[in-house]
Amino acid sequence: MTGATFAAIGAGLAVIGAGLGIGRIGGSAMDAIARQPEATNKIQLAMIIAAALIEGAALFAIVVAMITK
Amino acid sequence: MKTLKHSWPFLIFIFICSVIPVYAQEEHPATSEKGDSAENKETIFNASEFIVEHVSDSHEWHILTKKNGESVALYLPVILFDREKGLSLFSSKKLAHGHVHNGYMLAEEGDLKGKIVSVNDDGTVNEENIPLDFSITKAIVGMLAAVIIGLFIFISMARSYKRSGIGPPKGLQSFLEPVILFVRDDIAIANIGIHKYEKYMPYLLTVFFFILINNLMGLVPFPPPFGASVTGNVNVTFVLALCTFLIVQFSGNKNYWKHIFATPGVPFWLLPIMIVVELIGLVSKPFALMIRLFANITAGHIIVLSLVCLIFIFETVAVAPVSIAFVIFMDCLELLVAFLQAYIFTLLSSLFISMAMPEEHH
Repeated sequence: MTGATFAAIGAGLAVIGAGLGIGRIGGSAMDAIARQPEATNKIQLAMIIAAALIEGAALFAIVVAMITK
Repeated sequence: MKTLKHSWPFLIFIFICSVIPVYAQEEHPATSEKGDSAENKETIFNASEFIVEHVSDSHEWHILTKKNGESVALYLPVILFDREKGLSLFSSKKLAHGHVHNGYMLAEEGDLKGKIVSVNDDGTVNEENIPLDFSITKAIVGMLAAVIIGLFIFISMARSYKRSGIGPPKGLQSFLEPVILFVRDDIAIANIGIHKYEKYMPYLLTVFFFILINNLMGLVPFPPPFGASVTGNVNVTFVLALCTFLIVQFSGNKNYWKHIFATPGVPFWLLPIMIVVELIGLVSKPFALMIRLFANITAGHIIVLSLVCLIFIFETVAVAPVSIAFVIFMDCLELLVAFLQAYIFTLLSSLFISMAMPEEHH
């Protein structure tokens, strides 16, 4: 198991975390839109912002993986 | 003449481009050191090398490599400052393929790989005296082009406002005015507050449009000033994050510093740890800004390049329709990411600025 393998595994784990997080955000956003369709735009905006922030965290891990490889 | 006055940004850009000599028809040295020139084996396509070359910065702008090994490239100027030799300015063609020019060469291996190093008389690399590199590289040309485009758009917009006064927008104004109002209302006023936002509007608008224009230019692969991944270069995003950091520190009021060094409501024996934690938080927020922008944009470029490389890995044209379809889809996603990352950078900057001016709440 070389360092590159560990880096790849680390990046994969980070993506699992990001996927779970963004999935939960999407789910709650859909529940909220179902409850109150007139607030769709605001909810969508908030969802996209939260998704971008979570992606930022996941990309931290990818950057670290790229550096250590 | 009025027309010349309006076209001065283009003239400046053309002047800069004309100073960069274009050297086409350049021969690669005959073959590799292993001899074997009679066989002329085709090298296996190395996808990761291809991708890294396209995503990273370089001293030359590689346009294409012809079948017989000649490469067509724009050789950008190299500007070095050395304590011994002073200022040097020459085209990067002189450093291509490991040639040594004026005692400088591009290091091929070791810690300083890819950087320009000074070479001693006996051929060894001079590790103590690394020259300061102020060269115009690919990313800098891309950034200058984005700056010129941005200046042209906004100065012409300002001029048309000056001429016709405040009224219903027309032309380019009608496209940009809603965006500027969006930055003002939803980002600046919403976070910083209606009394203090005006000081920061120039910075927020500049950073928003700078990141946006550079992101969009990075998506267009061709012709030369486009296709340089400026915001995908960690040095550029570092400077942007540094600007935000400095603005936040310089607009901190007394409460802000009190919250960092003497967080209210914390028992005194916990204070040393709290100070360290707060200081780390101070630095980590702009650091996150830097990494987020850099990683998002670079990841997008790498994905698109990998999908295009699929065609060359499988070595058949039949993969092309699938690959191009994926590339188009990823490019649309990248377009969304371009706007989103510009918005998030500006939003978080304004949020940090607002956090630098907390109100008393005793």
